Amino acid sequence: MTGRLLLAAAVLFLLAFLLTPTSFAWLFQPVTRNNAPAIYTQTPLWSLTLSHLALVAVAVIASTVIALVLAVLVTRPAGREFLPLARTVTSVGQTFPPVAVLALAVPVMGFGAGPTLVALFLYGLLPVFENALAGLTGQPPQVAEAARGMGLTPRQRLTQIDLPLALPVILGGMRLTAVISLGTATIGSTVAAKTLGEVIIAGLLSSNTAFVLQGGMVVGIIAVLLHEGFQALERMAAARTGLNR
Amino acid sequence: MSDMIEIRNLTKRYDGVAAVDDVSFTVEAGQIAALVGTSGSGKTTLLRMINRLVEPTSGQVLIDAEDTHNLPGYLLRRRIGYAIQGHGLFPHRTVAQNIATVPRLLGWTADQIRDRVDELLTLFQLDPAAFRDRMPHELSGGQQQRVGVARALAAKPDLLLMDEPFGALDPVIRAKAQDDLRHIQRQLGTTLILVTHDMEEAVTLGDRIAVMDKGRLVQYGPPSEILTAPATPFVRDLIGMRERPFHLLSLTPAHAIAVDGDAPGAPIARDASLREALAECLWSGRSAVPVEGGGIVTLAALQAHAAPTARAAE
Repeated sequence: MTGRLLLAAAVLFLLAFLLTPTSFAWLFQPVTRNNAPAIYTQTPLWSLTLSHLALVAVAVIASTVIALVLAVLVTRPAGREFLPLARTVTSVGQTFPPVAVLALAVPVMGFGAGPTLVALFLYGLLPVFENALAGLTGQPPQVAEAARGMGLTPRQRLTQIDLPLALPVILGGMRLTAVISLGTATIGSTVAAKTLGEVIIAGLLSSNTAFVLQGGMVVGIIAVLLHEGFQALERMAAARTGLNR
Repeated sequence: MSDMIEIRNLTKRYDGVAAVDDVSFTVEAGQIAALVGTSGSGKTTLLRMINRLVEPTSGQVLIDAEDTHNLPGYLLRRRIGYAIQGHGLFPHRTVAQNIATVPRLLGWTADQIRDRVDELLTLFQLDPAAFRDRMPHELSGGQQQRVGVARALAAKPDLLLMDEPFGALDPVIRAKAQDDLRHIQRQLGTTLILVTHDMEEAVTLGDRIAVMDKGRLVQYGPPSEILTAPATPFVRDLIGMRERPFHLLSLTPAHAIAVDGDAPGAPIARDASLREALAECLWSGRSAVPVEGGGIVTLAALQAHAAPTARAAE
């Protein structure tokens, strides 16, 4: 109950701050120096937030789709031998630093949202892939046996049994990917993607701690909300499958 | 009505080692065949070859003289009911959706499916209004097992395969489930092939018992024959010498050996088994018990029935 109240309070505070940032100037005034502005006003914070979220959403959807397709393929009898390869690809995507991806992608794609999307996409493959793999292979053996024994075709087993049962675990992977991407997207502003990173970078360049704080704060609050939202979805999906978590 | 099942020279080899080795037998329409054997005897592999969850290395399965190999596996399986240990209900689907699995695959209309689900729930003593929309995890073990069997029977299959269907149940519920299955199978006339490691279950349910050992069928016959004339020492061990007379007594209903006369005390049911009659005699210290509807069963008659042919043979 207190958790819900806190979340509601966080939502209200975030909305109020994004819509009228200047009315919170008193909050950030103490960390400014030399009469620097307390609130970033070059670009409206709400518009940065929206484009930041859009970028993250596109990246998460793309990595989810590709990771799911990969996980389904390597769990089919014909694709089993590609499992090590798929594992390597997704792991490399996770270990390769997003900053390096940006550096490599900019010469090819130019400045803007493109390179950031690529970096987030690669970075987000692993959690969804590994979770989907666990979900698709971790079914109770009797359920798989019964599904085959009833005369479901392999495709029917996948769409009617395996994927619905794996849904909570897949959502867990999406949650990780979304939260990681949300934080990582800030570096996109180094290559001119419109994200909340713009505020943080402006603060760093002008030695204005207030900007850094407000950029980080907005990202942080949204990360908590995303995390909680996905967990609520996972609980709903898990309750439907009868698995208690 | 139901079909006759014929299994001809069925063999499964894994890396050259035979898990099932040249097994042939026939199950008459509407009868129950129990496959018994120790674990690793090949009984489950044999069962799973009948609906081709395991592809035979060689040999044939004929349902009503039709070779099942002419059908794709998944179509064959929609015609054959399949119930397994631990029920295997789909955890994300309601009881009604679970039962409707095969009818839905076969393209029945929504009305047909709803009627069939309610009919089966009623048959298995589960109130449709109360159970239709429940999730499997909200049921007790016995209820889950019943829904599992109901699901296997949903599309009115002519043949039902069961792999240790009562293995996960406690003894009290298991006895009731066996009774119910027997009753329902008689009512529907479904041919049934059942795998069990429990000789007691095989004797209680089977019209025929097939004993498997190391992939081979070592004996196939009615329970009385298996009990009184075991073909090999393995069959004898599987029966268990301590249990043999009691198994034998459990095959005959009390009214079959009732004779005229009077006996004191409460009567036993007409179709109670001789084993129950013996238990009643021993417990109450009587030398005869009356049978409902007339006649008595005497301790001497029970003694004679506990091992008639076997004693003559030895």
